[in-house]
Amino acid sequence: MTTLAAATRTHTKPIIEIQDVVKKFGDFTAVNGVTLTIHQGELFSLLGGSGCGKSTLLRMIAGFEEPTSGRILIDGQDVVGLPPYERPVNMMFQSYALFPHMTVEQNIAFGLKQDGLPKAEIKARVEEMLRMVELSRFAKRKPHQLSGGQRQRVALARSLAKRPKVLLLDEPLSALDKKLRERTQLELVDIQDKLGVTFIMVTHDQEEAMTMSTRVAVMDAGEIVQVDHPHAMYEYPNSRFVAEFFGSVNMFEGTLVEDEPDYVVIESPEIPSRIYVGHGISGRQGSVVWVAVRPEKVMLSKSQPTQPDNLAKGRVSDIVYLGGISTYMVTLTTGKVVRVTVPNVTRQAEAEITWEDEVWIYWRPESAVVVQQ
Amino acid sequence: MTGAVDEAARQGTGDGGVADAVPPTAGHARAGGLGRWVSERLRRGGRTLVIGIPFLWLMLFFLLPFAIVAKISFAEYQLGIPPYTPLVEWVDDTYLQITLAIGNYQFLLEDPLYIEAYLGSLKMAAVSTLLTLLIGYPMAYGIARAQPSTRNVLLLLVILPFWTSFLIRVYAWIGILKSNGLLNNFLMWLGVINEPLPLLYNEFSVYLGITYSYLPFMILPLYANLEKLDRTLLEAAADLGCRPWKTFLTVTLPLSMPGIVAGSLLVFIPAVGEFVIPDLLGGPETLMIGRVLWSEFFNNRDWPVASAVAIAMLVFLVVPIMIFQHYQAKGEKR
Repeated sequence: MTTLAAATRTHTKPIIEIQDVVKKFGDFTAVNGVTLTIHQGELFSLLGGSGCGKSTLLRMIAGFEEPTSGRILIDGQDVVGLPPYERPVNMMFQSYALFPHMTVEQNIAFGLKQDGLPKAEIKARVEEMLRMVELSRFAKRKPHQLSGGQRQRVALARSLAKRPKVLLLDEPLSALDKKLRERTQLELVDIQDKLGVTFIMVTHDQEEAMTMSTRVAVMDAGEIVQVDHPHAMYEYPNSRFVAEFFGSVNMFEGTLVEDEPDYVVIESPEIPSRIYVGHGISGRQGSVVWVAVRPEKVMLSKSQPTQPDNLAKGRVSDIVYLGGISTYMVTLTTGKVVRVTVPNVTRQAEAEITWEDEVWIYWRPESAVVVQQ
Repeated sequence: MTGAVDEAARQGTGDGGVADAVPPTAGHARAGGLGRWVSERLRRGGRTLVIGIPFLWLMLFFLLPFAIVAKISFAEYQLGIPPYTPLVEWVDDTYLQITLAIGNYQFLLEDPLYIEAYLGSLKMAAVSTLLTLLIGYPMAYGIARAQPSTRNVLLLLVILPFWTSFLIRVYAWIGILKSNGLLNNFLMWLGVINEPLPLLYNEFSVYLGITYSYLPFMILPLYANLEKLDRTLLEAAADLGCRPWKTFLTVTLPLSMPGIVAGSLLVFIPAVGEFVIPDLLGGPETLMIGRVLWSEFFNNRDWPVASAVAIAMLVFLVVPIMIFQHYQAKGEKR
């Protein structure tokens, strides 16, 4: 889903450099030794569950929290110790934090007034921002007279009005309903692309991260687990955590029995056949590994497939119909439940596989990926 | 139809629990209508009761005495019991005669004593309100910003003085402020001063007394307001380049206006009519309407003039409050 232009854009100049940053609240370590470089013009996502430290990291860039140790550089300048009002970044808050006693116009002009810009320029900039978010008609309204989506746009306009070097977005779309959220995702990407401002977004929604970002950092327990492009993250997760957090996955725990440069073979008590994976790993024989197979890469068949590996017999225990696709839950003879998603090529009533059917599941050697931690 | 009846019955049950007596007979329009009518009555009756009790209370103990005072203010002074002329009289047992004496009000305007007392009270109340605001705002802000555990202790400390009688607390100030009182003795012991400062029986001691006594009434509404203030608004202001002091002026202060107004009214209104504090702590030159009222009632025994003084003060206070409320209601609608 990543827009091609954003993905292929070359990012050269580092705009944010986070070096070995640790943040402790009493005994609790919220951020534990994070090192990260974000380049000019990126739309970078910090993804993770609640309490993983992603918001704390964002708040340290904004200046609301100071790191216990480590350095944060914005455009080459060490900002640790600098108060928020002296940092060249702006933030869009999850709650929007619009000033309730000011009109839309006054909200957007607020930051510009602090810079002491001439009145005419403030006016022009506010109008430009209002046009950008298509709210010119609502300039004189107070925030409580706007819908949730409109408030979200005012918050965006206000945080962009000062033309910050970096825009920090804290769960920017979490308060919107699904339909509006999807539309706003694309609009945000569009605006980011047009202005060329670096966006750093915190989100717990992996779909949102995948749709919008040029790069994603998955965080867990205060540490960064993996940083990569969304598609690489999805196809080549480096750990069980990332594989399971970033999209859904079938995971087989097994032992490495053959480790060749271009393939590996794994035996797992959860599946009768051998698992043959078409890429080498730097593991050692006999070690415990996990094989991750995405549900859409598993195929279903009523007759036995011809391949010798990566297959198992099972029974359809549940079907989740989602319109465009259906998810089949197949219980293998070993008791393991495997998710299989299949596009609904025909109408559901005419589908050939249904509840309680005996089926075979199978996948190609290049469809699976081995993770070691 | 059935649905509507069930709905009404359910509502009735929720309010009074009596609507069960009227079974919602399906298909029987009349019974259904009656059931709905009864439960609707009960529902309204319950609401009237809830609102009615405080209204009745206010009528009996506020409006009625007020009406009596208003009535007396239109009477004339006479020797006897009661010490004023009746307003309505039977003349020759044939017709009713109503005598409205507006002379009392005229008298208030003619004697400069009253005007000066009113102005003195207004000034005293206004300055005291400003002082309580200046002292109370930082305190309320500090309490609202404290850790939740210490917050309760601090609030308790604010309310603590109420556990001692108001009179005793004012008397205590006499002990502190008088010539050979605590403060003067302490300052002389320190060697800061050689002879006692005139701290008592002047305007200073009245300001001190009123500010001290009414401070909690300023702090509590301010605290209630500031405690609700969304801190992310302050973060947003800082994020947009606003320094802390300016954030206070452009965000915190305007948003705490309702608290400031509520606290100021709670202090200003009783301070205007304050009697005990100026009487105990004030000197002969402290002219306040509460004292004038007292001497009119108890020294001169002129009830009608005293009543007129009270009514005039009420009008003085009610008019600005109503204007203010009118604008505030308009502001909230906008």
